[in-house]
Amino acid sequence: MAENEKRKVTFKVHRYNTGGRARERYVQAYELEVAKGQSVLDCLNEIKWKQDGTLTFRRSCKSGICGSCAMTINSVSRLACETQVLLLGSPTITVEPLKGFTVMKDLVVDMDRFMEKLIAVKPYLITKTPTPTDQERFQSPADRAKLDGLYECILCGACTSSCPSFWADEEYLGPHALLKAYRFIADSRDEGRKDHFEALDDKHGLWRCHYIFNCVEACPKSLNPTKAIAALRRELAKERIG
Amino acid sequence: MAATINPETVHDVQGVPVHNVHRHDVVIVGAGLAALRAAVEASTEFDVAVVTKVYPTRSHSGAAQGGIAASLANEEEDHWEWHMFDTVKGSDYLGDQDAIEILVKEAPVVVREFEHMGAPFSRTPDGRIAQRMFGGHTKDFGRGGAVLRACYAADRTGHALLHTLYENCVKNGVRFYSEFYALGLVVRDNVCRGVVAWDIADGGVHVFHSKAVMFGTGGHARVFRIASISLSSTGDGPSMVLKAGLPLEDMEFLQFHPTGLYEHGILVSEAARGEGGYLVNGAGERFMKKYAPEKMELAPRDVTSRAIQKEIDEGRGIDGKDYVYLDLRHLGKEKIMSLLPQIHELAWKFIHVDCVKDPIPIQPTAHYSMGGIPTDNDCRVLADGKKEPVVGFYAAGECACVSVHGANRLGTNSLLEASLFGRRAGKSIVRFLREEPPFPELPADAAAAAIDEVEGILASSGTERAGAIKAEMQARMTTDCAVFRKGSVLEQLLKEVSTLRERYRKVRIDDRARDFNMDLIEALELGRMLDVVEVMVAGAINRAESRGAHSRVDFPKRDDTGWLKHTLVRRKNGKIEFDYRPVVITRFAPKERTY
Repeated sequence: MAENEKRKVTFKVHRYNTGGRARERYVQAYELEVAKGQSVLDCLNEIKWKQDGTLTFRRSCKSGICGSCAMTINSVSRLACETQVLLLGSPTITVEPLKGFTVMKDLVVDMDRFMEKLIAVKPYLITKTPTPTDQERFQSPADRAKLDGLYECILCGACTSSCPSFWADEEYLGPHALLKAYRFIADSRDEGRKDHFEALDDKHGLWRCHYIFNCVEACPKSLNPTKAIAALRRELAKERIG
Repeated sequence: MAATINPETVHDVQGVPVHNVHRHDVVIVGAGLAALRAAVEASTEFDVAVVTKVYPTRSHSGAAQGGIAASLANEEEDHWEWHMFDTVKGSDYLGDQDAIEILVKEAPVVVREFEHMGAPFSRTPDGRIAQRMFGGHTKDFGRGGAVLRACYAADRTGHALLHTLYENCVKNGVRFYSEFYALGLVVRDNVCRGVVAWDIADGGVHVFHSKAVMFGTGGHARVFRIASISLSSTGDGPSMVLKAGLPLEDMEFLQFHPTGLYEHGILVSEAARGEGGYLVNGAGERFMKKYAPEKMELAPRDVTSRAIQKEIDEGRGIDGKDYVYLDLRHLGKEKIMSLLPQIHELAWKFIHVDCVKDPIPIQPTAHYSMGGIPTDNDCRVLADGKKEPVVGFYAAGECACVSVHGANRLGTNSLLEASLFGRRAGKSIVRFLREEPPFPELPADAAAAAIDEVEGILASSGTERAGAIKAEMQARMTTDCAVFRKGSVLEQLLKEVSTLRERYRKVRIDDRARDFNMDLIEALELGRMLDVVEVMVAGAINRAESRGAHSRVDFPKRDDTGWLKHTLVRRKNGKIEFDYRPVVITRFAPKERTY
């Protein structure tokens, strides 16, 4: 298509909003002329700013790094800010909140439980050896490389939202929390394996994952929580054998 | 001294239900690097609450890419004195040298503490924290080449540090009030008594009563159309300070980052040039040789942004358009994917350019606020901008102006400043609280102004859409108050800003619900942005010289006789008033600045 050509796109947004009436779920369609390079977030903003200020969603960095705007776009969990509308190749875009979460309003879901599960795995470096003064702890590039693919998580919720095990068991910690746990277990500096494992060794924890790999597909940062979960199981087995 | 507390009346705030009044030793507004570093520090001894309009890990510090400066000398010889010289020169001699000395001397401690807390820094072959080059950071007081000073975690340094601090706050039991939007400060008789905030999720005004308040509310570059910064960076902190009748400092200085993704403004880290990327114009020439023959692409940001803008303005953009190329192709796929993976991802996702194969279209983008809330070196906010602290009120990071960046900030000095002065703010608060001051009395009408503002917007029958006012403001700021500025254009702009402020009084929102009303939040944010824009434009008119990021085509030279001083600006009875504060010069006398 030509550089400046615009295309008419219909956004079908799943809403949950009082809109002055009793609270109800409904689908509302908005039409927009979309140019090349415009993201789903750009379009939602345009709708909010020009057509309908009641349309509600989270957003912040619009650069794919803060994790605020994860939502379900054409049935897939994605970040709205980095999803280019025309590349979806569809004249109709369906926008829904993240699946499996409690909807608060329109595209906004309750993230508190999600964050509580993260906190449950003690998501911080635990050390027992005193820290060196006037110096960093040393870590070889090879040991540091073990954190690649783990520390980049932006806590957007796309993985957990895509996980059938989570849909079936809302107590399940979820891939985000398990990925974070492994980020510390895998860290050569960490001395708190037992502490991190405490929350994991549970039917709602490490053993709830059935290797469905939806989380891998959903992650906007191309991370692999399933691999991390498999590694955690190996590590936990080692821990038990002692 | 603070009045003694009356436990009978402390929770009696007019118009606010008792369960919405909270009491903590320390209330920190914001959750970026400065705020969370202060929280980590103060929570070791005291009860700390963080009030933040986004979940902490959504804060914009997380978007910083390239690194955090410290003369660790892990990779090659380096000294804090060199770092100090570079920062002073980079600031175009407007930075206060006593504060800069603190910055560069304490930098190694702050970076190593991050490592101790768990930050996943990239490593040298022998296991130390790895360091890379960045613009304006040099060897031997500018006489040598670029120095390896920026400590990094690939090109996700801000993300790595923000998450590390959040994790340590969790460990320390910091109480988070996420998705609470701060509406105003409670300051009476020069004593800060707390903060009033709106609970975004459920709706409703809350009062946070505290002995110490700290602002780490971030920058305000979102007032521009082309900006690297988040949609949430709307100058809330500085606006609340102005409303409390306190001054702001050096608001005319706003940094334009040279390399924003074309039309998106999204940051492409200076690390791309630190690792060897070229800037190329429409004629295929590395044009930086005309502007900074020695440092080339690693000249400081103000110099590089002006060079790019000049090439564009004179028709030498790509195909004569308003962008040039950042070319990384010669670095090769392996180097790009291992050292600059996020840049590769951003260019691909946002403009569909594979930077291994094609150059990236870029243009200058509004990036960083050098000016802000004036503080002393212990982060105490100054009531007169000079000497007199407001009791119990602290600020650090981008919302503050201490001032270490002066007229232009060097890359990687922002993560450093935010964490280092955040830490200092935390220590300063701890010292204050160890003296066991009582809770200051909370006035019964503490929330009155905030309630009026919110209820006024919720009930408004006006005719103006916030979105339309915002779009006009941002467009005008980008055309009229960006890299190059001109007095007559700025005068026109200031008139336009007052018209926009008039229109804002008639703002109406569609959403009248109280729960998760982002229509309301965006209207409130627009009001804050207009407050900031007004003093920024007025300051740009007032400062009749060119220094650092403030470049006046009608006053093209730096004027040390008239303008080697900080601007203090406040609103008094609806009028803007200026005052000044001398620059602290200790080691390096101002010289001509070339690269």
